[in-house]
Amino acid sequence: MAIARNDTATLFAEGTASTLRLIAYLGLAATLMIVDHRAGYLEDLRRLTGVLVEPVYRIAALPADVARATRTAVVSQDTLAKENRELRDALLLAQARLNRLDALVAQNARLKDLLDAQTSLGLSVQLARLIDVDLDPFRPRVVLNVGASQGVTVGQPVIDAHGIMGQVIEVLGNTSIVMLITDPTHAIPVMVERSGLRTIAYGTGAIDRLELPNIPISADVQVGDRLVTSGLGGRFPAGFPVGEILSISTDSSSLFAAAQARPAAALDRSGDVLLLRDQPQPFGAPAPIEEIGPPRELAGPGPQVKVPPNEERQ
Amino acid sequence: MNRSRARTWLFIGSIAFAFLLQLMPLPQPLLPLKPYWVGLVLVFWAIETPERVGLGFAFVVGLAGDLLSGQLLGEQALRLVVMIFIVLRFRARLRFFPMWQQALAVLALLLNDRIVVMMIRGFAGDPMPAPVYWLSPLAGMILWPFVFLVLDDLRGRLRVGDS
Repeated sequence: MAIARNDTATLFAEGTASTLRLIAYLGLAATLMIVDHRAGYLEDLRRLTGVLVEPVYRIAALPADVARATRTAVVSQDTLAKENRELRDALLLAQARLNRLDALVAQNARLKDLLDAQTSLGLSVQLARLIDVDLDPFRPRVVLNVGASQGVTVGQPVIDAHGIMGQVIEVLGNTSIVMLITDPTHAIPVMVERSGLRTIAYGTGAIDRLELPNIPISADVQVGDRLVTSGLGGRFPAGFPVGEILSISTDSSSLFAAAQARPAAALDRSGDVLLLRDQPQPFGAPAPIEEIGPPRELAGPGPQVKVPPNEERQ
Repeated sequence: MNRSRARTWLFIGSIAFAFLLQLMPLPQPLLPLKPYWVGLVLVFWAIETPERVGLGFAFVVGLAGDLLSGQLLGEQALRLVVMIFIVLRFRARLRFFPMWQQALAVLALLLNDRIVVMMIRGFAGDPMPAPVYWLSPLAGMILWPFVFLVLDDLRGRLRVGDS
């Protein structure tokens, strides 16, 4: 019986896949893509369907979680001991650095007081975990287990222990999607730590490469230089490690040098990351002071504010 | 009756499972080899039960995929519609191909799919993909016989009690 049905289907296969319907569906898909790409009307739709999408992410990440847990459970004694020793060394080193840093922070605070500066170095961060799903091998994106209900907003920088990882590009209810700095459509303003040269690092699509295509040929850049965020553009705060220069070559016009860099953050290893809460200070002149005179509570009731200018003159 | 319901569940379950496989992480070196699972499974069902998999169905599955992967809405929809259209056109021949020829046909389908993706992303302003981008269809071709045999076997088992 099933075979007979299949046979009739073969006869009418022409009908099910008529060219007209193909064109209609292709047109519909193209329209959707253009609307989504140009206008972003569909963000609300994405947010609504997030309720359905998030559980799927969690389920897809399960096998990887289980594998990791198993690995931790069966990993041999001496590997653990070795790891422990390394971690202890690293901790010691970090402690020493911190102690030195404490002195510097105190000094900095004193100097800031002298300068009457008000901004503080304190960073407010939020801990997040990666959900181990792979959205598209050719667009490096990662998924975090925090979202709108934890106060995440689009544009927040994401860092790990070693440096900048990327920025949040999409926020769902309880997850958010991060674009890594190695995404081919991502660019980050950086500064060469040693010489202070400012330039822009572009992603290449490869998880372990950044590209700095337009460095003036006379600029002071060497292999091994560390790159930090310059803070320009106002999205990433200044001073976070971005990467390290691997090689420098001239481009085809020999007017610019192009450098390759390795990202500082461990982009290909999943784990805990930090979301920076504080958006960096906007650049330019400080905002004008809004109120001059007595505080509003003391100035009297509201209507006084609404007096038109011509009456004021009388 | 029960059997046909079980077959429907197999149909839905295999597509859901393909989505999970698509999202599942792989070690970094293997990542470019990840085949287009959803496409493979949908091609199987288009060959076997074309009355279920039409262009509209492919479109809807594609939209679900776009929502899951957070890409441009409509991208996978377009890819799957193109793929299923070709399969339905050549279905009568594809069905009776020996396995290796079928696998080659799947390779051609997946390569075509890659070209479609490249075009879409080119319009969206993405740069040219790396050469490893073209490895995924090969992985799809190698996996096709297994996908086919596993799904066909499961389907056959569900049919035995029916007839």
